[in-house]
Parts: sequence; structure tokens; C-alpha cells
Amino acid sequence: MTDSVSAKPDDSALVRVRGLTTVLNGKKVFDALDIDIPRGKITAIMGPSGTGKTTLLKHITGQMRGDAGEVWVDGHNVPKLSREKLFELRERIGYLFQNSALLTDYDVFENVAFPLRQHTDLPEVLIRNIVLTKLQAVGLRGAAGLMPTELSGGMARRVALARAIVFDPMLILYDEPFVGLDPIALNQVLKLIRTLNETLGITSVLVAHELEAIKQVADHIYLIANGKVVAQGDPKTIADDGSPWTRQFFGGDADGPVPFQYPAGDLGQALGFPGSGA
Amino acid sequence: MSAAMKNDNIVVRSLAQIGDCALFLLRMLAAVPRSMRHWRETVRQLWFVGAMSLIIIMVCGLFVGMVLGLQLYDVLSIFGGTSATGTVVAIAIYRELGPVVTALLFAGRAGTSVTAEIGLMRATDQIAAMEMMAVDPIAYVAVPRFLAGVIAMPLLACVFCALGIFGGHLVGVSWLGIDNGTFWSNMTATVEVVKDVINGVIWKSVVFGIVVSLIAVFQGYTTPPTSEGVAYATTRTVVASSIAILALDFVLTAFLM
Repeated sequence: MTDSVSAKPDDSALVRVRGLTTVLNGKKVFDALDIDIPRGKITAIMGPSGTGKTTLLKHITGQMRGDAGEVWVDGHNVPKLSREKLFELRERIGYLFQNSALLTDYDVFENVAFPLRQHTDLPEVLIRNIVLTKLQAVGLRGAAGLMPTELSGGMARRVALARAIVFDPMLILYDEPFVGLDPIALNQVLKLIRTLNETLGITSVLVAHELEAIKQVADHIYLIANGKVVAQGDPKTIADDGSPWTRQFFGGDADGPVPFQYPAGDLGQALGFPGSGA
Repeated sequence: MSAAMKNDNIVVRSLAQIGDCALFLLRMLAAVPRSMRHWRETVRQLWFVGAMSLIIIMVCGLFVGMVLGLQLYDVLSIFGGTSATGTVVAIAIYRELGPVVTALLFAGRAGTSVTAEIGLMRATDQIAAMEMMAVDPIAYVAVPRFLAGVIAMPLLACVFCALGIFGGHLVGVSWLGIDNGTFWSNMTATVEVVKDVINGVIWKSVVFGIVVSLIAVFQGYTTPPTSEGVAYATTRTVVASSIAILALDFVLTAFLM
């Protein structure tokens, strides 16, 4: 197996997706998708539900492989990496899951300490300091002793965020980071994402639907629909873009290029109204 | 899911699952050296599947020995052979009831909890989170639980046997009046360490430990990540383990006798 670890000549983009085509259960999720995630920037991936935003993150992290195309992360062709090389790469990537995915056997402190304990031999006092610092950043230092079952959804996401940043990774992938956060927590998480980006130069990819929050933090937005990028640009440009895609998505209209209804037959026929359908 | 697993034919489906299970065992064995880094997790699992199963094993062992003593005394008294009660209780427990009943109880108590725990970890993305943190879930989740089950089973079988013989003694000697010296001397004169204890208890329970732990971990690891999937997986653990234990018991008895 070729590990293909040689960096591409132009590596201004930390993540480079080229011609990615993925078919799941007979449905083409991506159709020759091209995306560049620039280093040190915050990039938002937006799009209607079921359009493959989380699937794209899975491709970037090697959890899934496409039917065609390439996914390059920091010069590594992810689908071609061996398991060992993939794990080496993942040690430099933080991932915030949609449902937090905290380890239910461990308390908040141990959840955040978990990656450190697995990959380093740091002394306990140093692990404690790092973990408490990260928990302080997400406002949950006082909850270090709580179990995941004792946390609200928003608190669990903040703990998962602390765990994702515990290694100060080169790339953080946030899958719906704003769901379940109250306005105070939302504001603090936005500040944290921006701070991580500005102070440590961490590249961030956000999958989210909250346009107002995205506008505050993202440098670049990709709007994905029907397996392709249908619009892209900085938040102001994309919000003012008059294309039918952006108008419908950001305006929340049922009518437009993205069908609100899942494909179905005639409603009258389904309800058994006389004279409907064949 | 493999193409064979989607096949409607139950024979093909069962064979495919046995094949997948064997491949999973190979993956676990290959991950054993890596899992040594997580030895604390193995110790923790040994506590959960071994120490936490002690009460049910002790209580059941005691009652099995008591009822065996009672039944044997009743039958042997017809022939005036009640002095052999201790011998027959010991041989029955060492050769069959000890390892088999312990394995069945172990599958019901520890096997189902392992399956449900791993299944829920999968359903709540904890397994995926470990993968994303560059931690091999086979080495961190599957192998420690498997090893803990393999280590715990023979120890629990020994405890079961000890309590079973104590139960037989309680009924035979303390209640029904068999002479204490006769009870023990007949037993020690007849029971053979290699044939009855090593082959009967230790080897059988090691094999049962491997099979039950493998089934429990495999079912949990491969279950569909839904509530229904976890429920079916725990049921399959009990059913598959019970059949495997009883079938293997016959095979092992035939080879070890």
C-alpha cells in the first residue's frame, strides 16, 4: 500500500478535496466535489439537511472513503493512508461530534484527559493543569467531577469541545457545534473558536446551520447542495449573493432548487381522495 | 454488512456470522500486544465481569450443591449407598455442573452486560470518537473485555465448585446425618486431580470463557447502532453462548474423558 505522505507543492490549503464522488445506498452524495480549506482560517460548510456535510468531515478524517476522487490533508492523501499513518494524522486533528460522544464510563476530567493519557506519558500534575485549563476555556472547570449523564446537552458539547482541543491540534472539525447552546455559551464558544484560530493558528472547519453565528466567526463559507458546491465566499459576499441557492437557503423558503418535500407520490392519492391520481 | 449476511438463507447467514466472528477473534488476537498498554482497563473489566459476578455464582453454586446432595441422598438411600453422596456430588460438579452452569450464568450476567455496553458505545459514537482520537477501539474496548472474561471464567468455576461441594456437605452431613469423615474420605479417594479438576473444571471453563467472551464482544461490536439492534444483540449473546456451551461441553467431554 502506498502511503503517499509526500506533501503537494502548493500546500496553502490544509485540506484539499478534488473530484470527490460518493454514492451511498444508490444516492450520489458527492458529485466530483472540489473544496479547499485554507490553513489558519475558519471555514464553514453549510447546506440543507442530508446534503453530506457530516459525510464530508468523515472523508477528511478517513472514517469514510469515496468512490472516486482525492482528499488531501496536510499533504497526506487520506484514502491511501495505512491505518497507522491515519492514526498519526488523527492525533493532529480534533473532532467535535454532533452528539458529543463523551465516554460514559469516565467523568468530565477523565474525558478531557483521555487523549493525553493515551498518547503521552506526561506527569499527572501536567495533565491536570492542561485539562483544567481547557475546561476553564469552555467554562466548565467546576464540572470536572461530574459524569456525562449529569450534564445538559450544551454542557456535554462544551466538554467535547475541550476534549477536541486538548492537544492544540492543527485542524479542528466542528460538527454542529452550536446546537443546544444558550446565548451565553454560544457567544463564549464563538470567542473560543476565534481565539484558537488567532492565537494558535489552528485551522477550523465548521459544519453548522446558524448563519448569524457563522457570520461572526467564519472567514469563508461553502454552501453545498446536490453533491456540489453551489456557492462560496466570505460571509458578507455569500449573504448578498442573489443566487437561487443562497436566497432559498438563507431565506428559509420551501420553494427553490432544494426540495423541502422528500420525493413522494400525489398527496390526494395517498389520502385516498376520490379522483386523485390514476 | 457483508453480502452473505444479507442472505435470507439462515444456514448461509449463520455460517457467515461464524466466519465474521472468527475474523474478529483474529483481529483481537493481533491487537493483544497493543492492548497491554491498557492493562488497567483489563483489570477494571476483570472487576466488572469477574468480581461483580461472584455473588450470583456463589449463591447458585451453593444451591446446586444442596439440591444435588438432597436428590442423591434420596436415590442412594434406596441402595444403602448414602456414603457415596459426597463422591457423586463432587464428580457431578467438577466434571459437568461446575463449568457448564458457571458458563451459562456468566453468559447471562456478564456476557449480556458486555454486549449491551459495547453496543451502546457504538450507538452513541463513543467507538467512533476513540477512532478519531487515534485510539484503537479493538485494543482498548474489545480485547480488555475479552481477556477479562477468559481470566474470570476458570476462577468463577472454581468458586462455583467449592460452594457446590459445601452445599452438598451442608445437606448431606449437617442436615441428613452422613458421617463427615466418610463424606470427605470417599470424595478424596475417588476424585482425580487431572481428570476431574484440571480437565473437568479448568480446561472446560477456559474454553467456555473464550467462547462466551468472544460472542459477547463480537455481538456488541457488530450490532446495528439502534435500541432495537442492542436488544437483539444481547438476546443473541445469551442464545448463541448457551448453545455453544452445551455443544462444546459434549465435544470436550468426549475428548477429555
